[in-house]
Amino acid sequence: MAGAVHIPDEAETRAKWGGFAFSPAYKAKADIFIGRYPAGRQQSAVMALLDLAQRQVGEETQTQGWLPVPVIEYVASYLGMPYMRTYEVATFYTMYNLAPVGRFHVQICGTTPCMLRGSDDIIAACKNRGLVKGGTTPDGLFTLNEVECMGNCASAPMVQINDDNYEDLDYDSMTAILSDLAEGKQPKVGTQLPGRHTVEPFGGATTLQAMVDKNHDYRGDW
Amino acid sequence: MPKVTVDGLEIEVPAGATVLQACEMAGKEIPRFCYHERLSIAGNCRMCLVEIAPGPPKPQASCALPATEGQIIRTDTPMVKKAREGVMEFLLINHPLDCPICDQGGECDLQDQSVAYGRGASRFEENKRAVTEKYMGPLVKTAMTRCIQCTRCVRFAEEVAGIEEVGAIGRGENMQITTYLEHAMQSELSGNVVDLCPVGALTSKPYAFEARPWELKKTPSIDVMDAVGTNIRLDSRGRAVLRALPRINDDVNEEWASDKTRHAVDGLTHRRLDKPYIRKDGKLVAASWVEAFDAIKAHWTGEAAVLAGDQVDCETMFAARALAGTSMLEGRQTGLAYDTSSLSAVNFNTTIAGIENADVILLVGSDLRREAPLVNTRIQKAIRKRGAKVFAIGPVTDLTYKVEWLGDDLSALTKAPKALTEALKNAERPAIIVGGGALRYAGVHGAALAFAKKFKLVRDGWNGFNVLHFAAARMGGLMLGYAHDGGIKKLAAASPTLAFFLGADEVDYSLFSNTFKVYVGHHGDNGAHHADVIMPGAAYSEKSGTYVNLEGRVQRGERAVFPPGDAREDWAIFRALSDALGKRLPFDSVDALRGEMAKVVPALGVEGLANYGWNEPSLSAEVNGKIADYPIKDFYLTNAICRASETMQKCSSELVHGTQILEAAE
Repeated sequence: MAGAVHIPDEAETRAKWGGFAFSPAYKAKADIFIGRYPAGRQQSAVMALLDLAQRQVGEETQTQGWLPVPVIEYVASYLGMPYMRTYEVATFYTMYNLAPVGRFHVQICGTTPCMLRGSDDIIAACKNRGLVKGGTTPDGLFTLNEVECMGNCASAPMVQINDDNYEDLDYDSMTAILSDLAEGKQPKVGTQLPGRHTVEPFGGATTLQAMVDKNHDYRGDW
Repeated sequence: MPKVTVDGLEIEVPAGATVLQACEMAGKEIPRFCYHERLSIAGNCRMCLVEIAPGPPKPQASCALPATEGQIIRTDTPMVKKAREGVMEFLLINHPLDCPICDQGGECDLQDQSVAYGRGASRFEENKRAVTEKYMGPLVKTAMTRCIQCTRCVRFAEEVAGIEEVGAIGRGENMQITTYLEHAMQSELSGNVVDLCPVGALTSKPYAFEARPWELKKTPSIDVMDAVGTNIRLDSRGRAVLRALPRINDDVNEEWASDKTRHAVDGLTHRRLDKPYIRKDGKLVAASWVEAFDAIKAHWTGEAAVLAGDQVDCETMFAARALAGTSMLEGRQTGLAYDTSSLSAVNFNTTIAGIENADVILLVGSDLRREAPLVNTRIQKAIRKRGAKVFAIGPVTDLTYKVEWLGDDLSALTKAPKALTEALKNAERPAIIVGGGALRYAGVHGAALAFAKKFKLVRDGWNGFNVLHFAAARMGGLMLGYAHDGGIKKLAAASPTLAFFLGADEVDYSLFSNTFKVYVGHHGDNGAHHADVIMPGAAYSEKSGTYVNLEGRVQRGERAVFPPGDAREDWAIFRALSDALGKRLPFDSVDALRGEMAKVVPALGVEGLANYGWNEPSLSAEVNGKIADYPIKDFYLTNAICRASETMQKCSSELVHGTQILEAAE
């Protein structure tokens, strides 16, 4: 089954991750999240803590991080909840990686708006760069996954790489981004179109034009 | 009390009732998969859709909707019919059409409801989803492709069994029900998920491919694996009992049964005693009934001691007592010698259902999870529903819920720690449960009674003093006088010339080296090994018997099958032997025996809770020492029947010893 949960070899991950514990910096962050909920309701912080744990694993492995089973269990014990309940959360959300990923986790949107705007080209750019869907490149740099809509339809097609979005892509800009990342450079985040800042219409505003320079009260026009 | 109208019928429903319950009260059947009376409401199968006015013009899930004043509920409109057909069609999209090879066939909710409410054919032409099988332990067989994700098993594990090891992983089409990392469910109640599963995803592993439900003869019976007195139904075909299922009795077992109750039945066909034996030159030799009787007659002096085992019915004990004609009676095989002058002081007075209402519970040397799993679930319920606080004296063990351990020193009974006294001071319905692990120490019984007095555990409308037995025969035995002053040791010291052992397999037989030992029982276990004469009797499935459970509830079970070979019902053996010994017993049938028994102990003649009143014996309350351990070391191997059961042996090696090895390695 395509999206079925696959849990990596347990004995190996246990040996490697059995002694996992939050570093002082992450522990401080975790306790802030727990502190946001009333006493006795610390389990509500499970999603934040799983994310923190994944990030710490990422730092320790120089990747985007993932959640080995002992790490999930550590988070469960940290919050005093049964392993199974934490495990359910970790397997439900796709943002938690249950298998190791590379340094750059390329999540490419292939849902209808992005597809109409040319996400196939973006996938082709990745493919020509050696990325394989659901796999990591041999150098450990890139992991490619196709995901469902990430809400950037106005600037489609888009990819999410680690915590950043890259929008208004085409074959060339995607290739350039991947090259930059591989060379250790930080490409421009957000829209890749020159002259566009966010998701405003191409060529300037088409509505609410009187608002461009100053605040305008439209109520009289209705 | 809101008034609602169901299909034109106006009824009044209790406040807080759901629409589904309202429909049931009006006599309408609402199909459902995920809804279960004893579990929390999930509302995820959508099968219980009905039409409701006032409300949005669409079908609504009745199980999760509260019934309110003036609601007009319709269960018979075209919209409801279409909605049910739609849900059914969706549920069947990924359900395999493997009913002919599915063990649930014939008792499957999905089968029944698709016949009753489905549209007859599917329009789905794509491939079906397939899911790998999951490992859930030695008792639960899985075929997860059949799962419709009602999550009843998940809710049962969490809410009733108290183990949060079952859950749903993944999402959407990839959602799967599994145990944590596919480890076996560490629960004494895991078999219940098989009954709960509305489809064939979870079926019974030992019973796999044994029989179809319509082939089976169903006999109501009473379980003898522990003292709860679980109401069961024995399903038999020919001469073999194939499975045991719980019957609903809200006062006793609700609708659950422990794994031992369910799965020890294969022990009924192994290691059976099917003909009489006589010991000749140190070896047991098969004999005829007449020879066995003659051998006993040679040692008959007009009276005999009787030692009852843990699974004996009252009829057997009464017949043996009538023949033996002495006060040399004992049923507490392991040597307990607590005072029995007042039965109310050794009874579970709060009652099994009543303990749910307790707000502070003190366990004294009582490993409830192994000694009475179904009482444990009641305490789990008391904690979940009413926020009860549980304290315990004894070695720390996992009882599946939060317990405040007060150490294993018994002096905590006389000098209660502050946390306990504080909790008891504000408690409205406090209770103490004294287990066999503590009763073996001198003074504990008295100290517990003194504790009850000091903290007023017995008050108006509430009796919080409980002793927890874990032998099915115990309360019946105590009512029939099977308690010798000073216990079994003192009885043995009197060195009786002849003693009957009624299925007594936990007795220390070295105490009786000078006694001619007659074993009357059904399994070739410890008792039979030491016997001089063996008279083969009937197991609980093979006789109609009266049992008294730990709360003093008199219950009767019926005979499902006949005893094997030359074995006979135990009371009939004593009746025949009495003829041979020239002391004819005055009954020729079970009914006549029961009549005689009711004359001697009237309470045993009436089914239901026996009334022992409440009177405290004055006992020494001096205690010291520590509770060393709990009596039950291996939940799955506590009596002759389960020791003969392959399933129970498998459970024991995997669930009890498997974990021990793991823990040692860690």
